[in-house]
Amino acid sequence: MLAYVIRRLLHAIPILVGVNLLTFTLFFVVNTPDDMARMQLGVKRVTPEAIEKWKAERGYDKPLLFNGNAEGAARLTRTIFFEKSAKLFVFDFGRADDGRDIGHEIRTRMGPSLAIALPTFLLGLFVTVSFALLLAFFRATYLDFWGVVLCVAMMSISSLFYIIGGQYLVSKVWHLVPISGYAGGLDAARFLLLPVLISVVAGIGSSTRWYRTIFLEEIGKDYVRTARAKGLAEAAVLFRHVLRNAMIPILTGVVVVIPLLFMGSLLVESFFGIPGLGSYTIDAINAQDFAVVRAMVFIGSVLYIVGLLLTDLSYTLVDPRVRLQ
Amino acid sequence: MMPVVLWTDALVFLLLAAAVGAGFQVRRRAYLLASWRRVGESRAGMAALLVLLAFAAIGLLDSLHYRPRLADANGRPANGYSTEVRSALDALLRPLRNAAEKTYSAPLATHLYARETVEQPDGTQVRLFPRLKHGGAHLRDADAEWGGDVTWRVLRGLLIAVLAGLTFAFAAVHVAARRWGVRRAQAWRNIRRGETRLAWNAALLTAGLLLLVAGPAVSLAGGYHVLGTDKVGQDVLYLTLKSIRTGLVIGTLTTLAMLPFALALGIAAGYLGGWVDDVIQYIYTTLNSIPGVLLIAAAVLMVQVAIDTRPDWFATAAQRADARLLALCLILGVTSWTGLCRLLRAETLKLRELEYVQAAQAFGAPAARIMGRHILPNVMHIVLIAVVMDFSGLVLAEAVLSYIGIGVDPSTISFGTMINTARLELAREPVVWWSLVAAFTFMFVLVLAANLFADAVRDAFDPRLAGRRNAAAVRERP
Amino acid sequence: MSLLRVESLRTSLEGASGAVRAVDDVSFEIAAGETFALLGESGCGKSMTALSMMRLLPDAGSIAGGRVMLNGRDLLALPEAEMRTVRGREMAMIFQEPATSLNPVLTVGRQIGEVLARHTPLRGAAARRRSVELIEAVGIPDAARRLDEFPFQFSGGMKQRVMIAMALAGDPALLIADEPTTALDVTIQAQVLEQLGALQRSRGMGMLLITHDLGIVAQLAQRVGVMYAGELVEVAAQEVFFAAPRHPYAQKLFAALPLPERRGRALETIPGSVPLLNRPFAGCRFVERCAQAWPRCREEPPAWHAAAAGQAVRCHLYDRASGLRHRESGVPVQASDTRCCAAGPSLPVGSGQEAGAALLEVSDLRVHFPIRRGVLRRTVGQVRAVDGVSLGLTSGRTLALVGESGCGKTTAGKAILQLIEPTAGSVRYRGNELTALSAARLRALRGEMQIVFQDPYASLDPRMRVGDIIEEGMAALGTAAATAQRERRTAELLERVGLSADMRGRYPHEFSGGQRQRIAIARALAVAPRLLVCDEPTSALDVSVQAQILNLLKELQISLGLAYLFITHNIAVVEYLAQAVAVMYLGRIVERGSVEEVLGSPQHPYTQALLSAVPRLDAAQRREVIVLGGDMPSPARPPAGCHFHPRCPRAMPQCAARYPDETLLGATHAVRCFLHG
Repeated sequence: MLAYVIRRLLHAIPILVGVNLLTFTLFFVVNTPDDMARMQLGVKRVTPEAIEKWKAERGYDKPLLFNGNAEGAARLTRTIFFEKSAKLFVFDFGRADDGRDIGHEIRTRMGPSLAIALPTFLLGLFVTVSFALLLAFFRATYLDFWGVVLCVAMMSISSLFYIIGGQYLVSKVWHLVPISGYAGGLDAARFLLLPVLISVVAGIGSSTRWYRTIFLEEIGKDYVRTARAKGLAEAAVLFRHVLRNAMIPILTGVVVVIPLLFMGSLLVESFFGIPGLGSYTIDAINAQDFAVVRAMVFIGSVLYIVGLLLTDLSYTLVDPRVRLQ
Repeated sequence: MMPVVLWTDALVFLLLAAAVGAGFQVRRRAYLLASWRRVGESRAGMAALLVLLAFAAIGLLDSLHYRPRLADANGRPANGYSTEVRSALDALLRPLRNAAEKTYSAPLATHLYARETVEQPDGTQVRLFPRLKHGGAHLRDADAEWGGDVTWRVLRGLLIAVLAGLTFAFAAVHVAARRWGVRRAQAWRNIRRGETRLAWNAALLTAGLLLLVAGPAVSLAGGYHVLGTDKVGQDVLYLTLKSIRTGLVIGTLTTLAMLPFALALGIAAGYLGGWVDDVIQYIYTTLNSIPGVLLIAAAVLMVQVAIDTRPDWFATAAQRADARLLALCLILGVTSWTGLCRLLRAETLKLRELEYVQAAQAFGAPAARIMGRHILPNVMHIVLIAVVMDFSGLVLAEAVLSYIGIGVDPSTISFGTMINTARLELAREPVVWWSLVAAFTFMFVLVLAANLFADAVRDAFDPRLAGRRNAAAVRERP
Repeated sequence: MSLLRVESLRTSLEGASGAVRAVDDVSFEIAAGETFALLGESGCGKSMTALSMMRLLPDAGSIAGGRVMLNGRDLLALPEAEMRTVRGREMAMIFQEPATSLNPVLTVGRQIGEVLARHTPLRGAAARRRSVELIEAVGIPDAARRLDEFPFQFSGGMKQRVMIAMALAGDPALLIADEPTTALDVTIQAQVLEQLGALQRSRGMGMLLITHDLGIVAQLAQRVGVMYAGELVEVAAQEVFFAAPRHPYAQKLFAALPLPERRGRALETIPGSVPLLNRPFAGCRFVERCAQAWPRCREEPPAWHAAAAGQAVRCHLYDRASGLRHRESGVPVQASDTRCCAAGPSLPVGSGQEAGAALLEVSDLRVHFPIRRGVLRRTVGQVRAVDGVSLGLTSGRTLALVGESGCGKTTAGKAILQLIEPTAGSVRYRGNELTALSAARLRALRGEMQIVFQDPYASLDPRMRVGDIIEEGMAALGTAAATAQRERRTAELLERVGLSADMRGRYPHEFSGGQRQRIAIARALAVAPRLLVCDEPTSALDVSVQAQILNLLKELQISLGLAYLFITHNIAVVEYLAQAVAVMYLGRIVERGSVEEVLGSPQHPYTQALLSAVPRLDAAQRREVIVLGGDMPSPARPPAGCHFHPRCPRAMPQCAARYPDETLLGATHAVRCFLHG
């Protein structure tokens, strides 16, 4: 077990190195810092001096990989690669264009992101699994048919519509909760209710349909027939036998996203003015703040790899075949 | 005029040619034909297919681009061509395109949506809702005549739609009767009751509904802004119709861009195994580990820098916007091939152990030949299902990405840019709802049709569902 | 009063091509304590009959009519809630696939306890005690501990015992066993059948045994019902039936069995295939395939006729008024012992006795698969799938490689053809050392060695036309360069294997299992091989189809001088087809020799147990079944010494010390056992 975890962690290293090299190539090789400076300064203000100043302010005024002007180890460390990319490994993200420390910003913004993402995740899982179970119980009836139709219709609606429409209806027409904003402590609930609700509703269609397919696949298996042959009632068959087996693909499918919950949701946070990591990312994209985008890419892949690890571990929890072998 | 072939146009028509070629292949292969028949047997599938075809026709019209000849001050043709690139659809919709108002106007309105200070002939200034320049301009007394005119136009449109529909249905019945060798009344009865192999009744019904919507819309569009105008006075119906091509291009070319990677790498990883498998798995795990939106954001930002800092690359703004659209397709493709690649690898691992592959190995057939002749045809159904399933997701993704600002060029008309420019309109008093509603409705219809069609395709091609289909062929072990 | 009475049961399945009458007017009775066997080939509706009785049909199925009277109550009329009190309590069922029929994520104890909780007042400790009793009763050792284990920790045979324990937990009056041992190896089958028979006798249960295996019927059943195309066609007491089956279909089933006394003769086959059941029948369903049919058979569905005491047949031949005449006029009806009367056309005895040129010489072949563990994926062990196999084969002869699943026989076959790289050892084919050949030289020899696989559904590429499938080898090896030449050869081959040349343009899914196997044989023959490895080519086929394939193989061997390495677990096929036998156990050959030597006087305890475990039709031929304890160990951890000693009834101390060397008992007969050292 421990050897397994260690092996998975060792596997993560080359992947993180790959991510790092990829972002380095994207941000510094495809376009040189000069290009970025020109773009940010705008056509009118581009002068060689302005570009040099822009680069010096951000620490881009160094060679990419090898600094021939420096001495000793500094030949490698006083480079863009070392200072901007390699330092990501120790979670040193540097400063954003507005001069703030990105690491600090990330730490303070995780809370609000999680405050939305976690309830959304839990409530969404509960609602969709229950709904899918209901459809599976009434399979091949009108309820099932129209349920699936509803799911297909719901998944054909843009998530933007859920947000815009929900905000308009609940906040503007009915005046039930504030349109946007955020507050700490218990007050947060007022602001969180609507975004959570909207996120859950937006996810119902596709998830329910997927879970329903999993349930139906399990229901078709031989052991379900065995359970019925014992004289068990349909509800007992569904909850004791089918649900437990179906939870294996369901759980392992959702566990991978749990760490990514920290990243928040881009759309919801920006629409509702929640000061989380999602809105941070979107602001950075709009302001073309490459340092922040780079940091978020790296954190995202770290969290994804943690998610993969959790997935493997969760297999051992829910599936005795994996646990005991 | 000078024809212009944008990159995406070329690829769209390449795709069309490939689809036609594939159609001929299907006709020659009984097993493929049987699967496609099953798609045709599904009512939802047929209806969705018809809707998609209507959208595709608009998209294809909008992919025939040209640059009109410049006109001199007197309107006579001059030397040289305009830098503005137009499409056949633009030419067709010229009345809508040119009928720009000053700012917002509600659907079918005759007056602007906002009060303006207008100077009266006598020099006094009043704040009122001015008449539109185009919408309802043919009415002398807008308030009195509007109701009658709209009703008349709707009725005229409906009448034309009904006539067209009947003609179409009659032609269909006639052809069907000839092919089946029955009398026309019998053919009609068969179609109406759904007693045909393919779900022709659903197709005819959908065609009828489309006509019933299109007829009045066309009729009204001659004199009004059917879906109103947006902030800068552009006709919303025109914008929505133009958005269709962008959606279709994103939905199809993205998949086209990723297919070669996914196919080659997925099959190679699964069949060859060993270090090839390790390398390919490493590549897709790495790409997968970066959250999609961020990877797209990073890549799009970089492409944007590249395009913006090199204005000399493109002759026209349309070409620049097109390059960005194509780049978006490629980026979306590169970030989304991993899922299909993983599926194909898993399936190839299964196929590799099958006995017909081993039989080929027993003949000493080289690996490339086995992958090409045995593996590839047996994974194509997965590819097809993935392609049609991805389509709707990509159309939805375009809207979100454009909203975030990492989608298409702001000058490209798309559902995303429409929503993005209109997003604050719900906060206005009074509410401007029509741009959003139009964009969301068209997108919903397109995505719903794509989803229903994808379901029909999956049901027809997925061998795992085949068992449920032929529950009768229950086989016991001997 | 009988325990169970099924009256005119009719079940239909909704399918793509309309409603299929899977069960049509089936009636039978089972008395308390009696075992009634439903016998039939695949698709005849025997499983559907059982599922209809349990009312556990798949979603597409529905019961169209009839009554199922259990203890005087009509089950089909019960509301679903009440039916649930019947399932598992009055009537329990065990299924064919133990591997998938148990819930993988619940412990065995819980799955048994569930039945106790549902149908008995036992709870808690009392329920657990009862579970332990049940587990012990089905012969699982260390019951208390194993109760807390999950199904995957049990072997196939043990899983089926758990299924039986679960079925017995409700103390049912009637047990339905649907092909209970089909998925099991023959020695394990013997264990489970014995246990099942003993339990049934001691509890006085009624049992409905569903099977395709005449041997199992002979061993367990008191009465037999034969099903064909959804109908029962013959019902008889077991002894009467085996003495003289009356229905022409039943007679053909017997005649198609490969038996030692039929060596050298073609087996009887049933022409044609089972009719589709999605249409009504005007006459007898068997008429198209029946050699004794007369016009009335097409016009009028036969009624039941009594043929002998306790034997009823649904056939016009036994109509007292008219049938007799037809029986007498020419067509023979085997009235007495069918088994000796199956007179197919006699085949000339192959070059069995003349020693052909040595074709294949395998010595000390080993195939090991590494097991990797730990952080660095170090190799911590080897799965010794094939561990020192030596055998020889001359042209025109058949060597049968016999063993149970997991013994490495298929791996050995593939390693001989170099489809799997051998770890060590030598494979000499006509003087060429295959393991040392370059890829190009090996490719040149590929055409001479071909393989026919087990699963006719997986062995043909569904996306290729039959013509392309057959031409594939010729194209890959360049044996027939010109297209026209290839097409001519394809047409010839199709005719050769008993299909028609115009089938070239069709796709595999249009063919039945037997036809597909013929195509697979044609594909192998296309490159004119001398050696054909047949990997269980008939084990997925029904008996009557198996007979066709065996006939074809035999005939091809004689006319083309092919050598067969015949990999199988089916002793009857070996007796019929092979000249030499090698018995494999856990990666090694434990006994080899001619068929007469090995099957006639087996010397290795494993061979003896294996042969005794095969269910025989004839009470006289039946040996005392040597029931082996336990299961075959994993080839990753073979027992020290003789691999067989932990299960061997005659093990000695030295057996655990080292593996015995080969002892020659005759010119060709060799055994690896200390009893003969």
